[in-house]
Amino acid sequence: MIDKVVSSLAAAVEGIRDGSTIMVGGFGTAGMPFALIGALLEQGARELTVVSNNAGNGDTGLAALLAQRRVRKIICSFPRQPDSQVFDALYRAKQIELELVPQGNLAARIQAGGAGIGAFYTPTGYGTPLAEGKETREIDGRQYVLEYPIRADVALIKAQTADRWGNLVYRKTARNFGPIMATAARCTIAEVSAVVPLGGLDPEAVVTPGIFVRRVVCPREGELRAAVVR
Amino acid sequence: MTFRRSSREQMAARVASDIREGMYVNLGIGLPTLVGNFLPRDREIFLHSENGILGMGPAPAAGEEDPTLINAGKQPVTLLPGGCFFHHGDSFAMMRGGHLDVCVLGAFQVSHRGDLANWHTGALDAIPAVGGAMDLAIGARQVCVMMEHTTKTGESKIVERCSYPLTGVACVKRIYTDLAVLDVLPEGLKVVEMVEGLSFDELARLTAAPLLSAGLR
Repeated sequence: MIDKVVSSLAAAVEGIRDGSTIMVGGFGTAGMPFALIGALLEQGARELTVVSNNAGNGDTGLAALLAQRRVRKIICSFPRQPDSQVFDALYRAKQIELELVPQGNLAARIQAGGAGIGAFYTPTGYGTPLAEGKETREIDGRQYVLEYPIRADVALIKAQTADRWGNLVYRKTARNFGPIMATAARCTIAEVSAVVPLGGLDPEAVVTPGIFVRRVVCPREGELRAAVVR
Repeated sequence: MTFRRSSREQMAARVASDIREGMYVNLGIGLPTLVGNFLPRDREIFLHSENGILGMGPAPAAGEEDPTLINAGKQPVTLLPGGCFFHHGDSFAMMRGGHLDVCVLGAFQVSHRGDLANWHTGALDAIPAVGGAMDLAIGARQVCVMMEHTTKTGESKIVERCSYPLTGVACVKRIYTDLAVLDVLPEGLKVVEMVEGLSFDELARLTAAPLLSAGLR
């Protein structure tokens, strides 16, 4: 019997190595897998490259991982926010590397990674500092920039409901990067709020098919609170 | 003759008056977000939010906020009946694939050729952040800028050449300011309208790029 649901947060993040590239879902705190990030803090992997839209909010979640100096490099579109003080301080002290990517290019690079595309031409960023040094090409009278895919060792994402085969549905705008990151990592780990029996998800409404998901974890209420207030 | 600059609300109402029934529209963070408050209720307009919403509604009543239902500025919003959610790949396909009719963006500077600078001042100690600005700038069918005509220190934000780092090249089609509405045409900047009491010569004096004089008056 295939059961991707693991019994603990520690089991969910087991085996993540130092130096890994880790995608972290979420747009701000919506869709941020707080419990999995808490478990990664405990687990101890360091020298990480993180791919995420933002660079942490407040002192929890991704910001806590940054504060513990576990992240060597971050690839994101919008690090600067009113409550990104942890990232801001590390960046100003040159203690973290930043690769700034326009949000649509970030999404497309992740999708390319997941879909096995070698590279692609995008109009976004042409003529701007973010395309400096990159190959460009005119196609049908329009200018494009060559961009390469992003793949990861691990994706940590938040979904609403899973079954034991790893099929996922999401909640409102907490969906954001989850479905595309799930496709682009060798090991996608989904934190969910509920697990239902096989057949409990409407097959017409499944957003992430289980083929893209390796492990599922459904944290208990106390574990969630601990992760958020950490 | 004296003139009075439009308020932020008057600018928002002016932008809103150009948004027609059935349009798919993205309103940028900051000043453009105000436009949503002035869309006529008798028009069905689809508001898009880059984090995965079509049919975005207004802010919820106090106590009704849902942390999983936010806009691109990360403020709580609502979903209109018929609205839907989707992931970032689909959302940016809408933006870059030319599916949005209009986007309204704030700006630091716009050049008379329609170059846009709105993501970075270029200051050495500034922490850069770009978000979806570059995707909107090149992706929406009609890219509009909404901004004050001049900076707090009185310099024109419409320029011959942007001194700030660019967001997009020759992408802006229309500029709404607190002094005027201008169209960016291949031949130059055409004044569509000005606030009451403002003369063309005075507007030209407050604008650091040439204005086409034809078609006015």
